[in-house]
Amino acid sequence: MASTAAIAETPSAGRQAELVRLVRQDCGSCHGMTLNGGLGPALLPANLRDKPAEGLAATIYYGRPGTPMPPWQQFMSEAEAAWIVDKLMSEFPK
Amino acid sequence: MRLLLSLLFALLLNACATPQLRGTGDLGLIIERATGQVTLVNTSARQPYARIGGLGDLSHASVVYARDGRYAFIFGRDGGLTKIDLLEAKIVKRVIQSGNAIGGSISQDGRLVVAQNYTPGGIKAFDAETLELLSEVPAEYAPGKFSKVVGLADVPGNKFAYALFDGGEIWVTDFSTPTKPTTQRYPAGKQPYDGLVTPDGRYFLAGLFGEDGVAMLDLWQPEKGARKILENYGRGEQKLPVFKMPHLRGWSVAQGKAYLPAIGRHEVLVVDVATWKEVGRIPVRGQPVFVMARPDGRQVWVNFAFPDNGKVDVVDTLAGKVVQEMAPGQGILHMEFAPRGEHVWLSARDDHRVVIHDTATFARIGEIAADNPSGIFFTSRAARIGF
Repeated sequence: MASTAAIAETPSAGRQAELVRLVRQDCGSCHGMTLNGGLGPALLPANLRDKPAEGLAATIYYGRPGTPMPPWQQFMSEAEAAWIVDKLMSEFPK
Repeated sequence: MRLLLSLLFALLLNACATPQLRGTGDLGLIIERATGQVTLVNTSARQPYARIGGLGDLSHASVVYARDGRYAFIFGRDGGLTKIDLLEAKIVKRVIQSGNAIGGSISQDGRLVVAQNYTPGGIKAFDAETLELLSEVPAEYAPGKFSKVVGLADVPGNKFAYALFDGGEIWVTDFSTPTKPTTQRYPAGKQPYDGLVTPDGRYFLAGLFGEDGVAMLDLWQPEKGARKILENYGRGEQKLPVFKMPHLRGWSVAQGKAYLPAIGRHEVLVVDVATWKEVGRIPVRGQPVFVMARPDGRQVWVNFAFPDNGKVDVVDTLAGKVVQEMAPGQGILHMEFAPRGEHVWLSARDDHRVVIHDTATFARIGEIAADNPSGIFFTSRAARIGF
């Protein structure tokens, strides 16, 4: 239930722009600026299609122990992580 | 008299037709990652002189130079390999060599350019003249399993050393016969994330992400295998999150000591190169990404992973501590020293400029506008092992 509520919360336009830049530039260090993958896996809609959105949001928020994926919770809320996943699974803004 | 005049005329004409001669020793280029272009620069004038576009996805792009310093080979994230002529400021040749690349290197004799790839995992060797594919070595570490390749470094004997992120091994491939490479494998440790070769070409080091430590292979005695140094440097403490992988390529070996980024600790580790034992650690203001020695070794400059990527710390190697804390701009991604180190150029990605600082006074002495600048590469790399 919490995550449904979280998805409903859309960040402000200014915050969206910050998150997009964060994903492209800083997540891009490992996942590629075009999200085509690097040391980390590709994050294009085709790569994510079969994965549950909640699990992906949790990966962003809490990280994935045993892999280089760190937790990003000090830089965003769970709702914002869910918004990023939603955008990644459709078409991520430039 | 008429003959003399016509001779003089011919000479004059000739002088006009001859382009102005120029060396390449003080040239370089800046990667503009988001727009797929590079800005060519002169490090004496500290000014840009040309811009070349159409290079594809240049996030995490790296560059090596032909030994004449005239040609740059640019490896793009999208697998593009582009050869650029710095004197004529144009693309000579461009190929798409893989689906996802992470960098490359050039052989000791300058004839081979080798790319390291994530997808499909492995390395590929190209003729430096024509960019024709000569051979490839898939990083198949187990039947049907391919690894991402990291840390590719040229080493003497037309060999290349590199590490397998997924395979946990160091491989050394000999390209003495470029079309028939031979490869030796050495177990290294969990998740090597990058590698470097020491300035003399003797030791290959692979930093490990999956465990505390660094794998080290003595290339003069490879039969002894890779051994671990700096084992358990984290002392079992909880690691801090790493928001960007450190790069070892800008290695720092200065005054008989190697300066290496710790993983998950805001420290630079100091190792004695004679014994490969830890001799100290220097607290810094973030997760180090590049730990780079000024060419004379007196200073080591350190930049940091997100969110501390607006900071730069300067270590004095004699004092063994940070002597200058700087904030030269937003999103400092890379640094490059002038060939003899009197200046350093830093790319401030989010400020869209490259800033130039004096390394003695730390004062800003210039800047160059650039669109999301990342790597900065000067031709002085052409003659150095491992660059």
